[in-house]
Amino acid sequence: MEAIYALAIGVLTASGVWLVLRPRTFQVIMGLSLLSYAVNLFIFGMGRLMIGGAPIIETMAQADPSLYDDPVPQALVLTAIVIGFAMTALFLVVLLASRGLTGNDHVDGDPEA
Amino acid sequence: MNGWVNHLPIFPIVIPLVAGAVMLLFAEARRAPRTIIALVATLVNLLVALALAYIASDAVPSIWPDGIAVYLLGGWQAPFGIVLVLDRLSALMLVLNAVLALTSLIYALARWRKAGPHFQSLFQFLIMGVNGAFLTGDLFNLFVFVEVLLAASYGLLLHGLGEPRVKAGLHYIAINLAGSSVFLIGVSLIYGVTGTLNMADVAARASLLTEDERILFETGIAILGSAFLLKAGAWPLNFWLPSAYGTAAPPVAAVFSIMTKVGIYALLRLGSLLSGASGASVPAPFNDGWLFGIGIVTLVLGTAGILTASQPQRLVAYCVIASAGTLLAALGFGGTAMKGAALYYLTSSVLATGAFFMLCEMIDRTRQTGEDMPLEMMEPVGQEPVDADFTDEVVGIVIPAAMAFLGMGFLACALLVAGLPPLSGFIAKFLILSATLTDTAPGPVPVTVWVLWAGMLGSSLIAIIALCRMGILLFWTSEEIMIPRLRLGEAAPVAVLLLLSVALTVETGPAMDYLSLAGNSLSSPQIYIDAVLSGSRPPGPSPVPSIPMEGIRQ
Repeated sequence: MEAIYALAIGVLTASGVWLVLRPRTFQVIMGLSLLSYAVNLFIFGMGRLMIGGAPIIETMAQADPSLYDDPVPQALVLTAIVIGFAMTALFLVVLLASRGLTGNDHVDGDPEA
Repeated sequence: MNGWVNHLPIFPIVIPLVAGAVMLLFAEARRAPRTIIALVATLVNLLVALALAYIASDAVPSIWPDGIAVYLLGGWQAPFGIVLVLDRLSALMLVLNAVLALTSLIYALARWRKAGPHFQSLFQFLIMGVNGAFLTGDLFNLFVFVEVLLAASYGLLLHGLGEPRVKAGLHYIAINLAGSSVFLIGVSLIYGVTGTLNMADVAARASLLTEDERILFETGIAILGSAFLLKAGAWPLNFWLPSAYGTAAPPVAAVFSIMTKVGIYALLRLGSLLSGASGASVPAPFNDGWLFGIGIVTLVLGTAGILTASQPQRLVAYCVIASAGTLLAALGFGGTAMKGAALYYLTSSVLATGAFFMLCEMIDRTRQTGEDMPLEMMEPVGQEPVDADFTDEVVGIVIPAAMAFLGMGFLACALLVAGLPPLSGFIAKFLILSATLTDTAPGPVPVTVWVLWAGMLGSSLIAIIALCRMGILLFWTSEEIMIPRLRLGEAAPVAVLLLLSVALTVETGPAMDYLSLAGNSLSSPQIYIDAVLSGSRPPGPSPVPSIPMEGIRQ
């Protein structure tokens, strides 16, 4: 499972970086989105992967932390997703404004430059 | 009384948050209530910051021993809950931010707030984000506050719109979104290795890591450090800065001049914590060699930028880069005396660049055309043939008060930025240079001292040349100078910032006492770590029982 997970993060990051370096604004925003997916998966993986483990420890039972999932990365991912989503939406608005003002979708506002 | 004081550290975050949110409730057309709320909130914020700085300076040792206040946000003990930590360094940054916020707000009230919607709210949220980043003691919380300030800064950068702003904003947002991803990767790697996000706890556990974990940890620290360097405007991650700061609305650019210092603050804070706790060397880029090298390159390239800038506001943006480079190089040089000197330089340069940004826009109004000539099209200054028929019919010209103010202001800013006597810029550079000599052992002078001296003095010289040329072009050789109409609300903030620089110059002794204390506490991070992890002073009436993990394991 770890190998597949790592591969997924790697592929997402690689495509994201390539797209961010492209000259069109739409490619950049796609790249940034892919990067943020990769980062979210990465944060999640840093809490160690576990199938079927509850993130909340039942204090009444005899609790062994190794039977439970780490809840902190899940909370972090949630925050990161929300922030990333909002920022992407904002970037989209700026992208459209730039398209309207310059008349093209080049990141520098001028495909010849 | 004591109960209230314990809650003071949360106020720099709550006041702008509430003020910004309440202002959203008023319709955009109702300017008066918004203006009053914004002014009151920013003023109270300044008073709170001053009170915090006063208490943190050990003036009242009974409240916060060692000048460190730990505020438990959820009432949970430090490694489990998120804490705010206030010490002398963060109190200093809070005061700087509050001063800059109040002056640029007053400046903006004259004209700029009308250029777009929700200026006031975004402005408050920016203050909140910056204050929060200075106060928090938790890595992920730092990320959140940085995002808050970035989100507000995106809105503010686009304030007033126009093609150059949107173009600069696009680059600025893209690079900062990528930077945020890098930030998150660093934070989560550190969490994966140490199992904690509390900065003090990370530092305490860093020395306990095994060899394998150590590699991952240092990787995480390096990635996180790159994100901080991006925020700080360090080479090679600063190409976004001149166009973003050079095109932003002037009052916005003035507050932005503290934003690069957020990155420097984070580098300083985490670097200080890591240096004390781990027995091994501090990982890159927090260790001295890396910071020094990056700082010198940033300084040299920033200075080159100052020389090439043809537009006043862009020139100031390059001054921001040069000051970031000086700071990084000075901090990378190391030594306790250097930390105090670098903090003095930071204070002086933030005030100077803040005033300079606002002044630039007023100077711009003297140019009727408003067109920015490219540099190569300008005629070289000082090469005009001497006019043979020169008659001094007009003995002296009447200098209107506005022009006199602009000229004097430009002169003062230039002196501050270039580091010439008599203002605080000179004292700051002098302190840094003298600190290089106090800290070194007797014997041959190390090469780093030479490099730092050459870099700083050379940068001063080039800054003088560039600023002289800019001043001549703006004030003396312009054919048609239009006497601008300045409002008191526009001139006063610049005057206040410059007078503060003068006050800093006059009161260098007391200021350095405080800043040396702040620098010393950075050199002994164990006090900070102990204060955070003991968490002996939870606010509120009922202290929470500590160490819940032990109870679970039974």
